[in-house]
Amino acid sequence: MQLPSKLGAAQRQSLVDSRFIDFLTKSWSYFFLLGLVIFFSLTGMGFFSVRNFASILTTSTLIMLMSIGQTYVVITAGIDLSIGWTVGLSSVTTARVMRDLADSGNDVAYAMLVGVFAGLLVALIPGLVNGVLVAKVKVPPFIATLGMFGIVRGAAFLLTDGQQVVRGLSAELRESLRMIGNGSVLYYIPERGFEWFALPPDLPPQQLRLVSQLLPYPVIITALVVLVFAFILARTKFGRHTYVIGGSEEAARRSGINVDRHLIIIYIICSFTAGIAGVLHLFRFTAGAPQAGEAALLSSVAAVVIGGTNLFGGEGDIMGAVVGSLIIAVLQTGLVILNIDSIWQFIVVGVVIIIAVLVNQLQAALERFQANV
Amino acid sequence: MPKAKPEPVLVARGISKHFGGLTAVDAVDFEVSAGEVVALLGDNGAGKSTLIKCISGVYRPETGTVSFQGADITGHAPADIRQRGIETIYQDLALAENLDVGANVFLGKELTRRLLGLLPVTDDQRMRSEAAGALDQLDIHIPSLKQKLVNLSGGQRQAVAIARALYWQARLMIMDEPTAALAVPEQRKVLALIRSLRESNIPVILISHTLHDVMAVADRLVIMRRGQVVANIPRAEASEELVVRHIVGAT
Repeated sequence: MQLPSKLGAAQRQSLVDSRFIDFLTKSWSYFFLLGLVIFFSLTGMGFFSVRNFASILTTSTLIMLMSIGQTYVVITAGIDLSIGWTVGLSSVTTARVMRDLADSGNDVAYAMLVGVFAGLLVALIPGLVNGVLVAKVKVPPFIATLGMFGIVRGAAFLLTDGQQVVRGLSAELRESLRMIGNGSVLYYIPERGFEWFALPPDLPPQQLRLVSQLLPYPVIITALVVLVFAFILARTKFGRHTYVIGGSEEAARRSGINVDRHLIIIYIICSFTAGIAGVLHLFRFTAGAPQAGEAALLSSVAAVVIGGTNLFGGEGDIMGAVVGSLIIAVLQTGLVILNIDSIWQFIVVGVVIIIAVLVNQLQAALERFQANV
Repeated sequence: MPKAKPEPVLVARGISKHFGGLTAVDAVDFEVSAGEVVALLGDNGAGKSTLIKCISGVYRPETGTVSFQGADITGHAPADIRQRGIETIYQDLALAENLDVGANVFLGKELTRRLLGLLPVTDDQRMRSEAAGALDQLDIHIPSLKQKLVNLSGGQRQAVAIARALYWQARLMIMDEPTAALAVPEQRKVLALIRSLRESNIPVILISHTLHDVMAVADRLVIMRRGQVVANIPRAEASEELVVRHIVGAT
């Protein structure tokens, strides 16, 4: 059971080499992201700018928030197909509560606060139901969340009375939403310097177009959510138990982990980060839309997979999902800047997903090989 | 290895268990003494597994009593029986193969420390070093404790499962076909592990089909046939031929 101590020189060499390859396969997505950024910076006019990077980060927040919760679910060998519509449900609920409270004469700030709270709370419901179905009723995650996909979609449209957006948001409310959703902690205005929190009202439009947002609020909020859930997954007992369940549910049960409760909480977390994405979507676009996260669902799953999380469970981390989301956002923006038809996005992202899975398989094979040297 | 009148740690008396019309275990008496390796033998359906499950609490025996270290544990819940130190190591080992040795020894009972005196985080370093200590006691060396279990050999995984049981104060180890899925050199290592358990005065119930293994490590052979114990013989008095005759019921 000991590593052979008398390795030949050639063997030792191959060990070193495979460690290098191992390093590459484990962090390929980081290098890939870096490569993409360099490529687009060299080829796309205006790609390499603070303004554009801030815009890419802001674009990535929707997918990133969804992929955070999705990572937890996928690590337990599950999948949540319903979160696209959970984003919409949360967005629509928040918009309606804000509108109705503001219209009935409440303070706009109060209306917004209660609205956000309501949106996040409602978002927990699909997660709770998904979790109970998967953990207690033993419905396969794919089926349970596919059912929830339809239910939440319908619920979101019921709340807009079948419309594409929640109608009747007052101008004051929309302006307040915009200030946060499109605001930044710090601005840089060429030739005028830095401004905190708000732009000077007298800024001429030609300068306004050159303003760079250094710390957009959606990015800061998303970064906080990333930090919290990355910490929980990587460092806490709860996170460890998530990996145990993904590795072997039987082992988890026998070691006394309350697997059912844990799974329910994980599906709620997944719904919750989608709920945050929905609220943020409302703030950014000032319209509560049922289909806010529809297109982002598959991108979020793609981000999780590109980030190295194993769809069979047991492996993965939040940083992977973050990098995966950034890769998708960089591709989207970069292809637009290169003036390539947006249809190509789908093809390129698809190819990247397949590469990701292949690299992960290569990595697993390599680990086995190393262990048997 | 003759011992001077060892105290039985586990005593099962008159255990019976039926499944419908089938008598799986029929008024069986079974004892294990401290530091003794007892092999439980028998053909498929002889009642070995049912008897073991009556001891580990998976089944509640219909008649009879089980006592462990002087306490009556008949019909107690599996978790309680494990708590008292009867550890069953199943063939699938109940390990999380995607995690390292430390994580597996502390599965579900992770050690934590306070990060910045505030946030409870898993103490991976300490778990790893404690696990290394437990493996050392068994004289097992695993090249890298950061290695995921999926990358370890079958014998090494078996060792991790045993080390975990020992670390959590197992007082009696039940091992169900521990060598079944292993290559020959790995089988030898597991047999060596069983011997070192005996040396640590931890009794082992070994369920095995491999007569060779049994003859190599067991102190006593208990042979079951059709729900009954048909032979209970010290290793020294057993020959392979005799054992096979008992198993198949040839007289």
